[in-house]
Amino acid sequence: MPQKSYRQALNEALRHEMRRDSRVILIGEDIAGGAGCEGEEDAYGGVLGVTKGLVGEFGRARVIDTPISESAIMGATAGAALAGLRPVADLMFVDFLGVCFDQIFNQAAKFRYMFGGKAVTPMVMRAMIGGGFRAGGQHSQTLHPMFTMVPGLKVVMPSNPYDAKGLLIQAIRDDDPVIFLEHKAMYDMTGDVPDEAYAIPFGEAKITRSGDDVTVVAFSLMVDRANQAADLLKKEGISVEVIDPRTTSPLDLDTILESIENTGRLVVVDESPPRCSLAADVAAQVAEHGFEHLEAPIIQVTCPHTPSPFSPTLEDLYMPSVDRIADAIRKVAKK
Amino acid sequence: MSLHPIIVPKWGLAMEEGTVSGWLVREGATITAGEEIAEIETSKIANVLEAAASGTLRRIVASEGEVRPVGALIGVIADGDEEDAAIDAFVADYEQRFASEAETGPSAPSPETVTVDGQGTRILVVGDDDNKIPAVLIHGFGGDLDNWMFNQSEWATGRRTISVELPGHGQSDKNVGDGSLQTLARRVIAVMDHRGIESAHLVGHSMGAAVALTIARLAPGKVASLSAVCGVGFGGTVNRDYVEGFVGAQKRKDMKPFAEMLFADPALVTRELVDALVDYKRLDGVPEALRTVADNALGATSIAELEAATAGLNLPVLALFGAEDRIVPTPGAPAAHTITGAGHMAHMEKAETVNARIADFMTSNDR
Repeated sequence: MPQKSYRQALNEALRHEMRRDSRVILIGEDIAGGAGCEGEEDAYGGVLGVTKGLVGEFGRARVIDTPISESAIMGATAGAALAGLRPVADLMFVDFLGVCFDQIFNQAAKFRYMFGGKAVTPMVMRAMIGGGFRAGGQHSQTLHPMFTMVPGLKVVMPSNPYDAKGLLIQAIRDDDPVIFLEHKAMYDMTGDVPDEAYAIPFGEAKITRSGDDVTVVAFSLMVDRANQAADLLKKEGISVEVIDPRTTSPLDLDTILESIENTGRLVVVDESPPRCSLAADVAAQVAEHGFEHLEAPIIQVTCPHTPSPFSPTLEDLYMPSVDRIADAIRKVAKK
Repeated sequence: MSLHPIIVPKWGLAMEEGTVSGWLVREGATITAGEEIAEIETSKIANVLEAAASGTLRRIVASEGEVRPVGALIGVIADGDEEDAAIDAFVADYEQRFASEAETGPSAPSPETVTVDGQGTRILVVGDDDNKIPAVLIHGFGGDLDNWMFNQSEWATGRRTISVELPGHGQSDKNVGDGSLQTLARRVIAVMDHRGIESAHLVGHSMGAAVALTIARLAPGKVASLSAVCGVGFGGTVNRDYVEGFVGAQKRKDMKPFAEMLFADPALVTRELVDALVDYKRLDGVPEALRTVADNALGATSIAELEAATAGLNLPVLALFGAEDRIVPTPGAPAAHTITGAGHMAHMEKAETVNARIADFMTSNDR
């Protein structure tokens, strides 16, 4: 099967859906910018090049550059969706959420409910999340817990190129607002990606390692780190099951609980500060619904409750590392 | 002096490494060629490794539970009186060569996509020796090239073998036309023409056997012999619950029970095998393609017509059946051709037996 990067997989998903459905449009900063400039036949394709090549094929009517105004981007996107288009907005850094809170949380997420089910809002908001880029406190957050807690939004966190393509296609075909979070440290990650279009349904976790001793639930970039920890611990005789929920809303709690029934032990890895995190959410739900199967306390591996540091040394300590994940697994495995 | 390496075999296109899940003989034991010596687990399925040579199992290099890449040394067979130093030197030499080959990249055959009748069709060619009549392998409903992971290279000694991915299946184009046996058969014939194959031994599994029978009807001169593994059209009735379940399954949990029906031992069905089936079914066009093929090629009328029309075919035929086949159960199958301990995927579950039976059958019809 062809090997493609996470970036290419996303680009293919957009291209497939734009070819299939003329209602699909792109809205964002610099996604068409640069096109036609001297020495530049194509647009830059967004800040990390995900939409490169699309303005050439689909034109400026469907690949729309905006001023630097996230509130305008999200407002226009929600309105276009209400009016019958299927827009995909690029918010760039998820950290800019604050300036378009109302458009997402109080408008797009609520339309279906406020209009008695007569309105659908088929929009996607793509945004970059995560640390490791030495980008400081204002460009390194994940913020997925904030979206996950709002009913009416679907929240997607692909952890590899295959899922990135299939989940983005599903997001575009979905009739509800979907928050699609791409980890900026993964754009160059490669993996098997079919040339054809395919849609991965929301709310179906993927088991990336099978094991019997400890269950690890991890999201986005943390899935790869949890897999590495599982491979490391296999050599120590600890058998680890790694679950990637792929979407945090809806959340496939059944797969997590089934695994806990077998292992009795849970480590949740979440690249966000600990309070009200996805780790806290999963831990609480497992404690409530799977308590009788637990044989050890649940451990949450998260960032500390502090803004992301700019110092590279400190940032490496801030994000959950393979070592920290492995240590947590060893700790519960022994009990 | 004769020293023979035992290595991790390459079973299937995706296999990069194998886990030695168990040794069936101890160090120092005398073994004969063809004896089952170890269990190897791929990411999709487990299988038994046979000794390629007779002698003494002098050295176990990879112990139980170890994961080694394809081609890596896991043991050494040698004469009982071979000196330990010679075994040590052999192991060191093999591992050094293996490491340097790994850097230059794999030389295993890889599948290619050919365009026939305007449609992309994925095939895998193994073996290039045309002294014997080539073999063409046709998988069943919902199958792909990987279904022959334990078989194709075994039949490729002195023989060109081509496995074909049917329309709508694997990575071939998803346009199945009317989804009839004739349409599927014509695609295989087109691949044979494309490769300049005038006549071939056809090997078909399940619906692939019905496709092979249809080729024999449409182009009798192209078929030197026909081997059917749990074939549709050989007296059994297709289990419609399975077909509908396979077509309808959307999620991993819905698919798992149907994947388990394929094997006598459901424990052989791994998470990866189910994931691969679900991933395939999510490709655009696949659900519609499977629906069309299920209704036409696997429709009751189609199979009844096939059985009536092929009754009089003048062709060497070997039909093998799985004793515990739940997909195409054939209670009236002759005992001599029924493989015990095998379900519908007899060529995966009891690969050694099927490989040997079909290899002998093809050789006896090579002339």
